[in-house]
Amino acid sequence: MGRKLLLEHVNVPGIETYEVYRKNGGYRSVEKALKTMSPQNVVEEVQASGLRGRGGAGFPTGMKWSFLAKPEGVPRYLLCNADESEPGTFKDRYLMEKIPHLLVEGMITSSYALGCNQAYIYIRGEYMWVLEIVEKAIAEAYANGWLGKNILGSGYDLDLSIAPGGGAYICGEETALIESLEGKRGNPRIKPPFPAVKGLWGCPTVVNNVETIAAVVPIVNDGGAEYAKIGIGKSTGTKLISACGNLVKPGVYELDLGVSVEEFIYSDEWCGGIANGKKLKACVPGGSSVPILPANLVCKTAEGTDRLMTYESLAEGGFASGSMLGSGGFIVFDEDQCIVRNTWNFARFYAHESCGQCSPCREGTGWMEKVLHRLEYGHGNLRDIDLLAEINKKIEGNTICPLGDAAAWPVAAAIRHFREEFEWHVTNPDEAQKRNFGIASAHVPLV
Amino acid sequence: MVKVIVDDIEVEVEPGTTILNAARKIGGDVVPPAMCYYSKLEGSGGKCRTCLVEVAAGSTADPRPMPKLVASCSTPVQDGMVIKNKTSERVHENRGAVTEFLLINHPLDCPICDQAGECHLQDLGFEHGKEGTRYEEERRTYDPIDIGDKIKLHMNRCILCYRCVYVANQLTDQRVHGVMHRGEHAEISTYIEKAIDNDFSGNVIDVCPVGALTDKTFRFKSRVWFLKPMNASCECTKCAGKAVVWMFGNEIMRVTGRKDKYGEIEDIDGKTAWICNDCRFDKKDVSEWNIEGPRVINRHSVISQNHYLKNDPERDAKKLTGTK
Repeated sequence: MGRKLLLEHVNVPGIETYEVYRKNGGYRSVEKALKTMSPQNVVEEVQASGLRGRGGAGFPTGMKWSFLAKPEGVPRYLLCNADESEPGTFKDRYLMEKIPHLLVEGMITSSYALGCNQAYIYIRGEYMWVLEIVEKAIAEAYANGWLGKNILGSGYDLDLSIAPGGGAYICGEETALIESLEGKRGNPRIKPPFPAVKGLWGCPTVVNNVETIAAVVPIVNDGGAEYAKIGIGKSTGTKLISACGNLVKPGVYELDLGVSVEEFIYSDEWCGGIANGKKLKACVPGGSSVPILPANLVCKTAEGTDRLMTYESLAEGGFASGSMLGSGGFIVFDEDQCIVRNTWNFARFYAHESCGQCSPCREGTGWMEKVLHRLEYGHGNLRDIDLLAEINKKIEGNTICPLGDAAAWPVAAAIRHFREEFEWHVTNPDEAQKRNFGIASAHVPLV
Repeated sequence: MVKVIVDDIEVEVEPGTTILNAARKIGGDVVPPAMCYYSKLEGSGGKCRTCLVEVAAGSTADPRPMPKLVASCSTPVQDGMVIKNKTSERVHENRGAVTEFLLINHPLDCPICDQAGECHLQDLGFEHGKEGTRYEEERRTYDPIDIGDKIKLHMNRCILCYRCVYVANQLTDQRVHGVMHRGEHAEISTYIEKAIDNDFSGNVIDVCPVGALTDKTFRFKSRVWFLKPMNASCECTKCAGKAVVWMFGNEIMRVTGRKDKYGEIEDIDGKTAWICNDCRFDKKDVSEWNIEGPRVINRHSVISQNHYLKNDPERDAKKLTGTK
């Protein structure tokens, strides 16, 4: 364990500058791809690597790239989705802040594979200082001939631009991102057509997460087959996990997919256990939009097997007893945390970030937020808990984009696993204002 | 041509047709309700989610059912697609839920709303609504604003279908009408209440499915079901001059475009007969119009109350014009 592909040189002083990055083996993948490989070869390597989208959905990147329509005479675009705004997720920021050149290198190699001559990095508006770092890296890449006309004498041209968003979570949805980049209101588009056919300015477009694009660099350097050796089953390679919450050592970790969740939380190599000697109460393993897991389902699945940090293992048990790896925003709650308050907090976020285009999400997220607010502040009644469960069932799957699902899942899971705590908030409204419920009795932790 | 089955009825349509339009080709009650889709406005649809249908089989080539309900207004048909609308329990349940979502913040001011009687949300609520509300919170409210001197915007009633935004984008020259804010705070606005200064801006009233956009020259004058809708035409240099005048006795109370049974402006000579603001707001004298005859309105509509004996346009015409 402890292998690092993306964050290998993260602690080298000055790695954010071109000279140091280049000295540490930077831009090798561009050289290799442009000089010795055809674009199709690069796509094949990515397909062989089994790399899955690191933004949350986990869609195989190679497959996404192969769907890109390639009509004659129409430009194609590669967009990097750096609009990382999911509560609990901060891995892309870390990567761009520390090794901006890795992203730039990945963008060049990926653009070459897809045959794009113009690529964009769409960065979250709140990350202005990161934007400056990446912008500097792009300027250095231009100055050293890695971007612009006729890169490395191969005849391949690429321009890379960076565009800041206005700070909307919804612009992380790929079609909303495209709308926003086009200068419009960031409303998700109705699909079909998908961006692979009609994306930016009506042209075929691929949108990939920062980490996905960065992962193309080691895949091209070492070969897709080598990358595929890491991990378990269909979860290959390494993944950045941004661990936060009541942990001894929160932070961004790169780990091989397949590390057990128990090891990740408790071993000193990773998070070092729950802070202040408290007990684990719950965990949201993949950013705020994935279902929350109670302590007894965090380290073990419902069948009693070890839960691993893979796409499959975290999803084991479906929504009844599982969750998702999502974007890797690993949020840990100790026994002092209030699940009702946390669920309300998430719901508030989604109500605030809903674009307001389709009615189930626009009205439903606001309604859930209000009901949860009532429950948290002791004005709820038991009927409200069922009402909540019903509202989120009606939002889920009925919306234009996945924000509706993202808003519904955490609420549904919180009620499923922590119903006693919701009921306690209703039956003991005064006490609920003064103290937290503690660990739900039905979910005694294993450790 | 591709064959699709909607609620056990087979229909042949052009490839690329949406499910909704395939259902409309069949007609009758297999047609899903549409609050935001407007066939004459490019890009509209997909937003309100009332037209969700179940796809029981994707196509002949891939007969797997689609896991989620799909928006029929924006999903193209495939050959051999099997669609369930009124025959699907799931569709009814979710349409009821969408109706509830649309109504939680909608005021119960139908008794004083000018749209009452021709409101799509009323119809939807009648068919799919619950008898009571489960929404205990305060509804969101806005002050009514003027869009120019002829149009009133009541944001309280708005369901954010975006139809008027598309009208402003597609019929008028410059984009001064749009949506501000996000989520449940989203609102229709002409930026800083700036008037839409355009000859066709009045069409936002015709496309509005609810009473959010109303005609200030008609507001509070009469209930629509007391009026007699008559097809009328006039010489107009700006538009085709084909409209419907709504009469009370010999007085013209208001003028609208000619809407079909889906509430969409009809095509005349292959072009959508949008009417201009002069025809809509200023020509309120009978002498300015050539009255062609009564407008046939679905006899189940409240507007046809006391106007129609049975579904017989000829007899209706006699009754309306007073001839024996």
